[in-house]
Amino acid sequence: MKKNNPVFAFFASVKLALLILFLLATTSIIGTIIPQKESYQWYVQNYNESTANLFQVLSIPDMYNSWWFLGLLGLLSINLIVCSIDRFPGVWKQITADNLSTKISRIRKMRLSRNWDSAEDKTITTSVLKQKLGQKGWQVEERERDDDTLLFAQKGALTRTGVYIVHASILVIFLGAIVGEITGFKGSVMLPETKATDSIFTFDTRESIHLGFEVLCNRFDIEFYDSGMPKAYKSHLSVFENGKHILDKEIVVNDPLTYKGITFYQSSYQAYEQFLLTVTDLESKKTETVILPFQQQQTLTDLEGVRIGIVNAEAMGQTITNMKVWFDDGEGAASTFWLNAGNQATVERSGKKYSVAGKQMYATGLQVAKDPGVWIVYIGCGMMILGLFIAFFMSHRRIWILIGRQNETTTVILTGSANKNKNGFEETFYTLADTLAPDEEK
Amino acid sequence: MDSSQLLGITTFTYLFSTILYAVIFIFKAKKLGPAATIFTIVAFLVQTVGLLLRWKESYDMGFGHAPLTNMYESVVFFAWTIIFLYLLIEWKFKTRVIGAFAVPFAFLAMAYGSFAGGITREINPLVPALQSNWLLAHVVTCFIGYAAFAVAAGLGIMYLMKNMSESRQTTNDDTLLGTLPPLKIIDDITHKTMVFGFLWLSVGIITGAIWANSAWGTYWSWDPKETWSLITWFFYAITLHARYTRGWSGVRIAWLAIFGFVCVVFTYYGVNFLLAGLHSYGSS
Ligand code: HEM
Repeated sequence: MKKNNPVFAFFASVKLALLILFLLATTSIIGTIIPQKESYQWYVQNYNESTANLFQVLSIPDMYNSWWFLGLLGLLSINLIVCSIDRFPGVWKQITADNLSTKISRIRKMRLSRNWDSAEDKTITTSVLKQKLGQKGWQVEERERDDDTLLFAQKGALTRTGVYIVHASILVIFLGAIVGEITGFKGSVMLPETKATDSIFTFDTRESIHLGFEVLCNRFDIEFYDSGMPKAYKSHLSVFENGKHILDKEIVVNDPLTYKGITFYQSSYQAYEQFLLTVTDLESKKTETVILPFQQQQTLTDLEGVRIGIVNAEAMGQTITNMKVWFDDGEGAASTFWLNAGNQATVERSGKKYSVAGKQMYATGLQVAKDPGVWIVYIGCGMMILGLFIAFFMSHRRIWILIGRQNETTTVILTGSANKNKNGFEETFYTLADTLAPDEEK
Repeated sequence: MDSSQLLGITTFTYLFSTILYAVIFIFKAKKLGPAATIFTIVAFLVQTVGLLLRWKESYDMGFGHAPLTNMYESVVFFAWTIIFLYLLIEWKFKTRVIGAFAVPFAFLAMAYGSFAGGITREINPLVPALQSNWLLAHVVTCFIGYAAFAVAAGLGIMYLMKNMSESRQTTNDDTLLGTLPPLKIIDDITHKTMVFGFLWLSVGIITGAIWANSAWGTYWSWDPKETWSLITWFFYAITLHARYTRGWSGVRIAWLAIFGFVCVVFTYYGVNFLLAGLHSYGSS
């Protein structure tokens, strides 16, 4: 049914593969020239209304998710599957073939071959050859064929599957992408310092997703190089589940936090015109953190009688470097002092000592992703590299030796073939022939 | 002696290599062949030291990183890889004149890096997104692929020139192109170089995806640079299939090798300057 079914033949053809790959390559260009995922209004403004409408009809604004682009990828998958169904059984036959039943006439006609006569009798010649081949790492099989003895050995039979591993890897990657699309989500959350959240917003639908646990941002810091270039963005996060503290982690770009399959990536931040001050009574060790707007005083609740405010600040660009703190605990005149952002200072009052730490307040921008398919994609990637390596650099090499007896002498015919890198095998073959043939034949 | 001086010298030595090969080629001065090779090896060593020194200098400045992080450094590494591959091919296939077609690419890359406006040649620290070993693996593997495609394009040009003169039946051992290896061998080396490049480009795209996933949680976002690298990958996949299953060879493959490299140049250079996207760090 297969071979002569025209539909099957169509989907199995390499011509179709070339056409699909060509269409994928050329249509992909569109989305690199026309900006993607903008609003309809945007396209009307930047092109014109009829162009924008045409884009809409052809799904150009989101072309990599459009029906026709996904259709091409689907067609590629069908092509790969049908092509493999068509060819793989044949390849498997070659891998598992009984090479000792190869026609003698074929062996005699092979392109790579070397003949010689041996002075020894047939059995001794055979066992010497087997031993020498064994030393070279060739596993030899043997069978009597009429009056002759046929030896066969091969290496790398399974490398014939290399191409199929590559083709399968593409399907595995697609599968991983689909699994991720169906069971995962991508979103983000802007989380101010000291605040926690148990839900985030998805990118595409802006709907809110419940995490099933809470993430708290304890602190966000930016570090700079001397040149003023940003060196690191760090968020100190904690995870709570059912009110129980689970774990802490400081994340930076390239080193996210993962909990229950959901991963939080450092992606942006927002600076507030507010300050985060932590006051500690050094005697009672009581501590309290407050969020302070600029130039507004606030009364603490845990530390009795303490009022605090920021009266002045120095900034480098958007970043506050120094702040002037106003501090009063109701005992005598208020203290004012400069405090470096991120540092702490000790305030000595009549009889009491406090430590005050302060910094500008930030919110950390986290990208949040759940993608259970990513491991399938990575397995596919590994298969692809492995398969490419096998397909490009390894080959199935076979050698036959036919040992016969003619007019009181033993005749030996050595032949061989490889499915790839034929020039390379030719060299191997002749070197092997030199080791096997008796000295005077060299 | 600092790294920028050494890399500056490299530019001129590659220019001199190019001229030397042109002389061999035009005046059939076969005897100069070994001299050209040795000169290229020396230039390559100077560049290697220059790159290593630049690496060390970045540590001296307090933010050490491999010299592979901006346009200038990537162009220098590209040139280095082209010469490395060319020397490898010369050694493996025992053909010398290929240099006349590969070394100019290295020279052009170095000259572009050294003289073009709008390119920083200073050593700068890394912004947070670029502090990743996956990124390093990504850049190295992509550029090995790109360099292989550059050499393949050089071989493609070589094939076409030789083929043209043969079809005019002017070739014999004394003519200009007679010194080149036989067409069949050029064709074979072109194919093998493309195959080698395809493997590395595949690894490059994959490591790039892993990096993106560790930084943003998305392994593929269809930004223009990613998309163009995929277009290039499709292009070479087509070329391999056309050869392997439809028996294309010779002139067609030579043209595909040249055109494929145009895709590479666009992916590498054009996208940064003509299209916008996540990878725009390359334009600094
Ligand atoms: C992006 C997609 C594809 C990639 C990366 C790919 C990769 C490869 C590679 C690396 C080879 C080995 C070539 C060589 O040894 O020089 C190959 C061979 C082949 N490919 Fe593909 N391929 C793809 C799509 C397809 C499709 C859709 C078909 C469907 C018909 C196909 C059919 C074949 C066939 C028939 C061979 C020859 C196998 C043999 O007889 O050894 N390929 N492919």
